[in-house]
Amino acid sequence: MDEEKDLAQRKKEAAERAKQLARERLAAKQAAEQAKQAAETGDARSDDLNPSSDVSDGPANEAPGGAAQPPSAEDIASAKKRVAEEVRAKAAELRRQREAAESGAEDDLELAKKKAAAAAKARAAALAKQKAAEAAGSDDELAKQKAKAAAAAKARAAALAKQQGDAADDEAKQKAIAAAKAKAAAAARAKAAAAGEDGGAAKPSASSPNDPLLQKYVRIIEEHLGPDVLEDAYINRLAKDVPTLVVPKEAYYKVAEFLKYNEQLRFDYLSELHGTDFQTHMEVYVHLYSYPNRQPVALKVKIERDNPEVDSLVPLWPGANWPECEAYDLLGIRFRGHPNLIRIFLGEHWVGHPLRKDYEPYDAEV
Amino acid sequence: MMLRTEEMILNVGPQHPSTHGVFRLILKIDGEIIQEATPVIGYLHRGTEKIAEGLQYTQIIPYTDRMDYLSAMTNNYVLCHAVETMMGIEVPERAEYLRVLAMELGRIASHLVWWGTYLLDLGATSPFLYAFREREMIINLLNELSGARLTFNYMRIGGVKWDAPDGWIDKVKQFVPYMREKLHGYHELVTGNEIFRQRVTGVGRYTKEEAISYSLSGVNLRSTGVKWDLRKDEPYSIYDRFDFDVPVRDGGDCLARYECRMAEIEQSLRIIEQACEQFPPEGPIMGKVPRIIKAPPGETFVRIEAPRGEIGCYIASDGKKEPYRLKFRRPSFYNLQILPKLLKGQNLANVIAILGSIDIVLGEVDG
Amino acid sequence: MMEQWLESTPSWSNIALFFGLGALLLAVVLAFVTYGILAERKVMGFMQGRIGPNQVGGRFGLLQTVADVLKLLLKEDTIPKAADRPLYVLAPIIAFTPSFMVLAVLPFTDSFRFADIGVGLLYYIAVSGLTTIGVVAGGWASNNKYALLGGMRAAAQMISYEIPLVMSALGVVLLAGSMNLVDIVAAQKDVWFIFAQPLAFLIFLIAAVAELNRTPFDLPEAESELVAGFHVEYSGFRWAFFMLAEYVYLFAMAALVTILFLGGWHPVAFLGWIPGAVWFALKFCAVVFVLIWFRATFPRVRADQLMEFAWKVLLPLSLVNIVLTAVVKAWFF
Repeated sequence: MDEEKDLAQRKKEAAERAKQLARERLAAKQAAEQAKQAAETGDARSDDLNPSSDVSDGPANEAPGGAAQPPSAEDIASAKKRVAEEVRAKAAELRRQREAAESGAEDDLELAKKKAAAAAKARAAALAKQKAAEAAGSDDELAKQKAKAAAAAKARAAALAKQQGDAADDEAKQKAIAAAKAKAAAAARAKAAAAGEDGGAAKPSASSPNDPLLQKYVRIIEEHLGPDVLEDAYINRLAKDVPTLVVPKEAYYKVAEFLKYNEQLRFDYLSELHGTDFQTHMEVYVHLYSYPNRQPVALKVKIERDNPEVDSLVPLWPGANWPECEAYDLLGIRFRGHPNLIRIFLGEHWVGHPLRKDYEPYDAEV
Repeated sequence: MMLRTEEMILNVGPQHPSTHGVFRLILKIDGEIIQEATPVIGYLHRGTEKIAEGLQYTQIIPYTDRMDYLSAMTNNYVLCHAVETMMGIEVPERAEYLRVLAMELGRIASHLVWWGTYLLDLGATSPFLYAFREREMIINLLNELSGARLTFNYMRIGGVKWDAPDGWIDKVKQFVPYMREKLHGYHELVTGNEIFRQRVTGVGRYTKEEAISYSLSGVNLRSTGVKWDLRKDEPYSIYDRFDFDVPVRDGGDCLARYECRMAEIEQSLRIIEQACEQFPPEGPIMGKVPRIIKAPPGETFVRIEAPRGEIGCYIASDGKKEPYRLKFRRPSFYNLQILPKLLKGQNLANVIAILGSIDIVLGEVDG
Repeated sequence: MMEQWLESTPSWSNIALFFGLGALLLAVVLAFVTYGILAERKVMGFMQGRIGPNQVGGRFGLLQTVADVLKLLLKEDTIPKAADRPLYVLAPIIAFTPSFMVLAVLPFTDSFRFADIGVGLLYYIAVSGLTTIGVVAGGWASNNKYALLGGMRAAAQMISYEIPLVMSALGVVLLAGSMNLVDIVAAQKDVWFIFAQPLAFLIFLIAAVAELNRTPFDLPEAESELVAGFHVEYSGFRWAFFMLAEYVYLFAMAALVTILFLGGWHPVAFLGWIPGAVWFALKFCAVVFVLIWFRATFPRVRADQLMEFAWKVLLPLSLVNIVLTAVVKAWFF
């Protein structure tokens, strides 16, 4: 890979992403406020607080060189992620404290103490993380402040809960359970609200939490492989907003190889591969996942129906072996370069490919 | 004088007690060392995906029961979840809790079957009976819930079919400490046994990179040190409300997979305990679902954590009552691919230990 | 009494007498096998949280094994087309006959015994080794790959474990100063050899389990790997012969352990008023119970580990035991 080019591209990306993030942060802030209101007891789950945090974060362990650029995209993203993590940690800590409260009522004091200590440790860890987030220093001060405020409020509530737990009586347990239930309900409400917003308002406006991801993929791919390799790129809203790339048959293997080996993409895991007969054309759908970056992508390729042939992905992901055999068996798609393309289910003597829409069952005796 | 030696082709299956179904393995062996292993599958292929193209969404649910028949609840769920994702249906709180309880009970039952049969493969007879005794209790619980013992057909798009009967939650609550105690006994009987450890330690080992490139998932992936559980990392349903750990081991061998599964039983018990605690006393069990379920045109792919790995469901819809194309990502099918690689160069006696540790269900492998 | 008969002049009545005695022993052994199998199933059922046979012959299933044997006798006798027919037919007999022959030298009490020969222990081990031939022949003649693998494993295993078996018994022989089993029992009048030779006892017990092809050393007939090992192609009464041989060996080996290490018919401490036959039966049952217990508890050892265990662990240990015993005997007796 050309390093200079990579750097320039990354800078460009950083600028664009910063813009993106500004927009996103606004949304996150709103969500945070909402969650805070809804969950007064303090159990705001991270994805309520920040619906985008799960998927939209940049690579956690960034490529070397990324850190050299002051407020780079990765930095901001990781800072954001850390905030999200810290909130998550808080929630976990809270849960643990609730547990401590419950068990404190039931069991002996020692256990409660132990759990409280663990909770305290967790809080310290959360604090440390918070500090780290602060140190990461970027311009999303506002959102972080919000989060911190929420966290502080939660910590207070938690401390209260802990006190109750130390009191160690049945009442406390009852209360804790009631609180837990209320919390769950509140969370559900918050989620529903968020979902309602997502489904209702966000849909037509065409902004998805995964937009930055998609843009990143497209940019990197077009940067390296030219603009012709992508037929289409969109967010598939029906499939949990997975960024979807459609590539022409000729570029299929090239793009797949790039997706696997590029430093910033590194889609090392093939989750799913299958074909579909759309009558006008055949399609192969590949769902990839990157464990280093924790990002998904769907790769689709359209092939003509009369002569369905496409490159095999087995050289890249050995895990594509059997799924490609399956697609060959049931749809007749031939994969070039497959080490052992067999009719894996039906056997070599079966007539026709059942999942083709024009399939007629054939029986020699009928 | 030179002795003439030749390689022997040994057919393991399709009828063999340790292939757990109709699975055939063609082994080319030299003495007792395996030169080459060729798996042959498809004996149980029933064309679920083809059948589904002619059925309405709700009608497909019973067919999913028959894929991974040891944890039918997760299969039910993945289909419902895919359709709900497409249609944007909100599932009521109580139904979500019932689903999670059913799925986690199913996960324990599935791991118990694995534990029993795996040790049967290794020549120990008693664990099988112990495991089935405990599994029977789970089956009875699920039977009370759904009316079936194996093919539950319990979940519906937008909720569940039946509400929990009176006192059911209490029974589940009582089951948790019982199971914990038995699990402790299992460890005492088997986990520390020297013969057992000798047979599984270092056997069937693969690295993290191999596991990822071969598309392994679930315990087969986690046993190599990849901390990845969709319940935790891409939370679906209400799994983000529970506090549980993702058991991970670094060994990548049969022992690591064994330990991971046993630890997962413990974690599932924790989830069940919390779910019982938080269970809403009342509420609807079906969300607002149109009378005729029609997924909007487009396609979806969702994946969730089944006992054997990630089970996924792809639906391409053209807006009709039936799916245009339905495809399940079946974890056993993907997990089994690594078998030829693992078996090469192994002693014949390890075949069963390795095959068993992957934990396949042939109904799922063959679709 | 037995010696007088053996030394008396041959006559028709003698022949009838010996035949009758042999038949009596066979009846005893068959009765043991019948109820030994039932006991095994009952005990294992108990250990595994189930009931075991409870339908045929009352609620304890007393006739279950009888019914099973009858079923086996009624089953069709199948011989694979490609099998080596004479050998296939002969194999179960070769496997069974030695198992019954070894019983001749076992003294059950001081009066209930048959042949009292000077090298009783040697005779037992030598003759029992013949069964291996039957097993290998059966596995080979079946013309089945699983059977062949099972037969080969059985041969390797039985030969390997015969060595620690003999070596550990040598310690006992050194202490008793005789290979005659009656003398060995007599030498345990005060101290059983299980206390004098604990290491030898452990080695002997392990090797005995391996010789018997029982869990955790049941590789030759590992059901989950080799389907059933050497007798996979056998059915009906031929299969019953293999099973019979196995359980007769169980009988013989449990008796041998009792004789070599548990003091045979000698009573415990002051309980001398209980007859020796009862003592022998009690000790014998204890050994059988332990063997069944093993079966309900252990997983199976892997083939290569099994070999390693015999040659690298048991054999050196038994050698050490012999040396120690010799040294102790030379200095203190």
